[in-house]
Amino acid sequence: MSFIRDDGTWKVKTGHAQMLKGGVIMDVINAEQALIAQEAGAVAVMALERVPADIRVQGGVARMSDPDMIKGIQAVVTIPVMAKCRIGHFVEAQVLQALDIDFIDESEVLTPADEANHVNKWNYKVPFVCGATVLAEALRRIAEGAAMIRTKGEAGPGNVVEAVRHARSVLGQIRILQATPFEELMSIAKNMGAPYELVKYVHENGKLPVVNFAAGGIATPSDAALMMQLGLDGVFVGSGIFKSGNPAIRAKAIVEAVSQFNNPEVIAKVSTGLGEAMVGINISTIPENERMADRGW
Amino acid sequence: MKPRIGVIALQGGVSEHLQMLHNIGCATVAVRSLQDLDGIDGLIIPGGESTVLIKLLLRWQLITPIKELAGSGIPVWGTCAGSILLSSEITEKSHKVNQPSLELAAVRAERNSFGRQSASFQEELTIKGLDSPFPGIFIRAPLLYPLSSEAEVLCSVDEGAVFIRCGNVWLSSFHPELTDDARIHRMFIKEIVIGSQPGH
Repeated sequence: MSFIRDDGTWKVKTGHAQMLKGGVIMDVINAEQALIAQEAGAVAVMALERVPADIRVQGGVARMSDPDMIKGIQAVVTIPVMAKCRIGHFVEAQVLQALDIDFIDESEVLTPADEANHVNKWNYKVPFVCGATVLAEALRRIAEGAAMIRTKGEAGPGNVVEAVRHARSVLGQIRILQATPFEELMSIAKNMGAPYELVKYVHENGKLPVVNFAAGGIATPSDAALMMQLGLDGVFVGSGIFKSGNPAIRAKAIVEAVSQFNNPEVIAKVSTGLGEAMVGINISTIPENERMADRGW
Repeated sequence: MKPRIGVIALQGGVSEHLQMLHNIGCATVAVRSLQDLDGIDGLIIPGGESTVLIKLLLRWQLITPIKELAGSGIPVWGTCAGSILLSSEITEKSHKVNQPSLELAAVRAERNSFGRQSASFQEELTIKGLDSPFPGIFIRAPLLYPLSSEAEVLCSVDEGAVFIRCGNVWLSSFHPELTDDARIHRMFIKEIVIGSQPGH
């Protein structure tokens, strides 16, 4: 007896994100870095041409990565390979799916391609992750088909403050919604600009219907454990690893800290002897029009 | 008394197993260190990334204690990545990969057997011991190949096995914890309850 086989289902997409929980997803720009990340215990790698810290310094339009580079990374690692497309650039997303990428990040770190609309993520077999700074934004992305949410943080500066703000904002709004009387939900959905069904889901379950990761400015094992203790499911580390003094050791330490995020003795131990962290920038010194976290609608 | 089940909680789909075990009346422990293994009646190694899970089991010195636990007859069940970790041999594209494992079941696990995420799928499964189909969820899943007659195949897909019992060690390459169907979790608990009865 044989049954019908369904691929690209919501369950298979969100399930893949669930299997990444408690893990560290690392930005890499070539095969060599991808191997270091895998060896250190990355749960997946994000293939991109320039890490956010460099995009910030060099400026210009930041686009989807060169397929050659993506293939080079796919060829050397066995862990999932993710890649970024520009917000609203549904053809870059098609190309990434054609390249058999495991997860697409529709990312504000790249220069947005559409000032009003995001990609219709239901059209793809490959799951998407999207950034959100507030609950309404997270729910809008999920309604568009995102199978995973991450905080936006402020990518590149090595400063965790924005990630903390967005995490507190999303998680705090979830807690408020949970305590809200049922009859107020419709009015709340209307005012926050989020689909009623998803507002109702959050009220009933006290969480998003998809996995929620931290991203932006995570540079140390303590930063990563902080995001986990705040209640997020895992972390993305961008420039924080390969812009530091000793990437291999720092990457491993962050993985270990996330696996024991509630154990300060372990975090103290793995934080010892890591060499220099990336230098970091104060968010207030970044001009408003250069802030990536404000991108996305 | 409620059976007390540990779930390895270093990375992966941990909360889903804990929730399902809770729903069917078990006491649960999220296992992150040696002490967490004390007094458990069964252990689940969840899905996640097998290369990460094995590194963390090694790092936090859980390999030997888990092997001793299984050796003493405590049922141990691995789902997806967990099933890879329990296998005695790991391959990818039929080539042996250099990845340590717990080696608790005479099984070869072929990693990422169906391909990348685009090949992940859902399919109804016919499983020995269940009277109606079970919703199988396969995510970058392995296929399992028994290497001895001790390994009993309970379900197959394509040319490989997806559910194997090897004495008290269970391996499933799919994710029952991502469904609303608790029948396989109940089977696992039933095994524990029977095993703990006097005279058994």
